[in-house]
Amino acid sequence: MNNTSVFAILIGGLLVNNFVLSQFLGICPFLGVSKKLNSAVGMSLAVICVMVMSTAVTYPLYMHVLVPNDLAYLQTIVFILIIAALVQLVEIILRRFIPPLYNALGIYLPLITTNCAVLGVTILNIDSGYTFGQSLVNAVGAGLGFLLAMVMFAGVRERLESAEIPESLKGLPITLVAASIVSVSFLGFQGLFGL
Amino acid sequence: MSPILLAVLLLAGLGLFAGLILAIASVLMAVPVDERVEAVREALPGANCGACGYSGCAGYANAMVNEDAPVGLCSPGGNEVAEATGKLLGKSGNVVRQTAVVRCGGCEEFTARKLDYHGIPSCRAATQFFGGNWLCNYGCLGYGDCAVACEYGAITIKDGLAHIDSTLCRGCTKCTAACPKKLIVMNDGNVRGVVRCSNRDKGAQTRKACKVGCIGCGKCQRTCEHDAIHVVNNVAVIDEEKCIGCGKCAEACPVKCIDIFN
Repeated sequence: MNNTSVFAILIGGLLVNNFVLSQFLGICPFLGVSKKLNSAVGMSLAVICVMVMSTAVTYPLYMHVLVPNDLAYLQTIVFILIIAALVQLVEIILRRFIPPLYNALGIYLPLITTNCAVLGVTILNIDSGYTFGQSLVNAVGAGLGFLLAMVMFAGVRERLESAEIPESLKGLPITLVAASIVSVSFLGFQGLFGL
Repeated sequence: MSPILLAVLLLAGLGLFAGLILAIASVLMAVPVDERVEAVREALPGANCGACGYSGCAGYANAMVNEDAPVGLCSPGGNEVAEATGKLLGKSGNVVRQTAVVRCGGCEEFTARKLDYHGIPSCRAATQFFGGNWLCNYGCLGYGDCAVACEYGAITIKDGLAHIDSTLCRGCTKCTAACPKKLIVMNDGNVRGVVRCSNRDKGAQTRKACKVGCIGCGKCQRTCEHDAIHVVNNVAVIDEEKCIGCGKCAEACPVKCIDIFN
């Protein structure tokens, strides 16, 4: 997998192995913040940011600190620590420079800390044997995939608002049904580029 | 060095390093918090109920200071809070105390039963099951979701119908959100009466379901001298602006579903 081209990795993260819709990572913000298009886009941008930053930090840390010291088994806990710190940093920066987005994201911003999509992308980068550059591209691809899923689903949910839904399916049930249908549509990308 | 010690040291070091960076960042990029917002938020009750229409006490405090929101919107806090916040901001305003009213009068005695629900005793669950026990699909289910939501003990369930004690109600609107049938509405001091029915079915159908349901006959509309009550969607609705509370509609109503407050 080491020679996979940058383009293939990008498309892989974006469509074929879409984090939300194919790998079911990061479902919580996917359902939580996708009600309005604006906050969905804001949330996704924050996630992309955190994904790329955490990849940029965790990859060298893993390769140059953990592996030489035979501490690779600490991967999960170290990565969580790094991600949590980075999310806090993003939060501080957002509050300082983009208060409207900070207010719009609310509780979901700290929740990125435990967003498995972010942890997933950092761990999968290493498991797939990517180089540093490929890892960054994969992080961007995965983040863009998250953005794509969020934006698409925000559109679906805005349509759901005005749809006539059977009484017993109103609210979360119909949202989950819609999410599964959107997810099925992404199955169509399976096998593209042999990924 | 033993591997355990190394692992512990590494993690501790990383944690310390991350903490240090965060500490520096938080000092460098500290957002000056408006002291007035903080003081106003302290003066609010802190229930975060949302009765004011903002996202919570902090949101309302911010709106009062920065967006010139009126001080009297905190219904649970009452006049004391309005005064306290008004003093801080140099504004004055009175609270229009809101109380919740139930727009249903169909207790067990009057309402026909269509099934015997034995599921989870909550209105929300019962609604999902063919709309609950009663033939009337709009009425109070009487499992007391609103009573559970009420933090002030103002709601009691009697004979399968929610009753709100207006002296205990502080107008936080939590019950309006808890009622799956959306029967509870807020009512400010100016409202003189309420139609205790929300049934939008045609008159004959309503009649079969409930003895005290509004049948939409329009008698109140014809009786009212102030054009203050109208039948909309087969149920009478009082126009708060025009109603003077004379009570003539209540007298004329054949099913006695209009309640006029004194």
